[in-house]
Amino acid sequence: MTSDADLDAPRRRLPRSLLLGAALTGLVVVVALLSLLWTPHPAEQVRVIARLRPPSAANWLGTDHFGRDALSMIMVGARNSLAVAAAAVGIGILGGVPLGLVAAARRGWPDEGVARMADLLFAFPALLTAILLTALLGPGAINAVLALGVFNVAVLARVTRGAALQVWRREFVRAALALGRGPTAVTVVHVLPNVAGAVIVQATILFAVAILNEAALSYLGLGIQPPAPSWGKMLGDAQTYLFTAPMQAVYPGAAIALAVLGLNLLGDGLRDLLDPRHKTTTLG
Amino acid sequence: MIAFLSRRLLTLAVTAWLATLLVFTILNVLPGDPALLMLGTEARPDTLAALRTQMGLDQPAVVRYLRWVAGMLTGDFGVSYTYARPVGALILERLAVTLPLAGFALVLSTLIALPLGLYAAARHERAGDWAVMAFGQVGIAVPSFWFAILLILGFAVQLGWFAAGGFPGWQGGAGPAVKALVLPAVALALPEAAILARVTRSAVLDTLREDYVRTARAKGVSAWALMVRHVLPNALIPISTVLGLQFAFLVAGAVVVENVFTLPGLGRLVYQAISQRDLIVVQGVVVLLAVLVVAVNFLVDVAYAVIDPRPRVET
Repeated sequence: MTSDADLDAPRRRLPRSLLLGAALTGLVVVVALLSLLWTPHPAEQVRVIARLRPPSAANWLGTDHFGRDALSMIMVGARNSLAVAAAAVGIGILGGVPLGLVAAARRGWPDEGVARMADLLFAFPALLTAILLTALLGPGAINAVLALGVFNVAVLARVTRGAALQVWRREFVRAALALGRGPTAVTVVHVLPNVAGAVIVQATILFAVAILNEAALSYLGLGIQPPAPSWGKMLGDAQTYLFTAPMQAVYPGAAIALAVLGLNLLGDGLRDLLDPRHKTTTLG
Repeated sequence: MIAFLSRRLLTLAVTAWLATLLVFTILNVLPGDPALLMLGTEARPDTLAALRTQMGLDQPAVVRYLRWVAGMLTGDFGVSYTYARPVGALILERLAVTLPLAGFALVLSTLIALPLGLYAAARHERAGDWAVMAFGQVGIAVPSFWFAILLILGFAVQLGWFAAGGFPGWQGGAGPAVKALVLPAVALALPEAAILARVTRSAVLDTLREDYVRTARAKGVSAWALMVRHVLPNALIPISTVLGLQFAFLVAGAVVVENVFTLPGLGRLVYQAISQRDLIVVQGVVVLLAVLVVAVNFLVDVAYAVIDPRPRVET
């Protein structure tokens, strides 16, 4: 049975997914920030004598194969993961939003160019592109950011273009044009504020995708480089010691899942809040 | 319809061509000597020169590009530097692992997702619906390679039902080979199933709101017949679109999951080729994967246009 309750619900009520998503994301951000000031142990402190220890009062989540404190590594890993993802999404916004706005405003060849570029980049699975680029440029956090960012430019260009085209068809834009405003002014004053919602929602979801892909890159040894802790690398290391210290393969993955879950819920919630007609959809 | 098809086919061809151009440019024209990349900085100059000649690097880039593309069109992907074997043969060999794995995962995810999505739609806004939606959120958030490690932990390390990795090959019979693909396929299928369940749910909900469903219901059609005859066939349109789009994610997922389970598939081939700087293999596999993704999307577009004529009209 369907009901139209979701359509008639009062718009002011905050979506539950938004609250839960904001709480989870907030937790990850707080942990990441806290790691700047305090961790139970220095995250890179090697103590081979205390390697692969189970959880204890001294090491709440145990230690890894170098005797490093797992909790401290996860805390610093949160910071590294968020930093890489934020930079990758930042590149996407800085590159993609202007491209999408220009494509929608000018139509013609810039529009065609943006559409073809997006088609082309979507033909390469994002993670595969990232593996290829990091392998060529050399592994490392900065190259991972670039590799993940390229894909985000294409996604955000397409999303911005689609949203902007809708705004261009609206009455108030026609009115502004009729009053003699140029396309640049219309884009900045009218189009940009009206596509911001769609961009914010997409950026949140891309943030989650970037965390997942960064973890995969680091797992393969192409992302954040040791000794800097990263969730993906921790998982890769833990796989070697599955028989002796199985729980070391559990915590970093749970951290990734929690961060991604929080961001996805936040994205869905924001979408429900900013565009109630468009109920939660999916993007991997 | 013919105009639509030829337009889509042209886009497919252009995208595939641009893909070859992009991959070639990234690997060959950007600063850096492929021969030096392959052999490392300690290589002797005469070895370097010999490899350059062998790879045709003494030719201009345009000539090399045209030769490579012309070769691929006739099935000649070049010769691998590390395996000393034709890249085409290597790819075919590895496809025998990756294709069954991807197919297995696709079937598995559909089998999980369709009933879940239908169930959630039928229990809209009730506990069953929330449970499926929660599964959807968690399934998308869990990285497939972590889930893969958890599966190894549970079913290989603790229970000992499956091997922790490796592939016995098909020559020893289908049984052991399929068994080796079970855990990787489950790991790949989880995020796909999560996404697909959510799409199925919303597609079914959308269809349930249609007038013809209301009419059928008013005519007294049973709930079961309504679902099977009216709702599911129409809901399948968006579901199949997403299924096609998921192919790219499946391919990317396979690269990582094959590495977790040390499966000798395309994903592992390309990853190893990248770390060994075997560029001709990387070029071939990446272009093949890109063309596959584009071709699948094209087929989805065509299927979509056959079932639902509306998108043909839109530009």
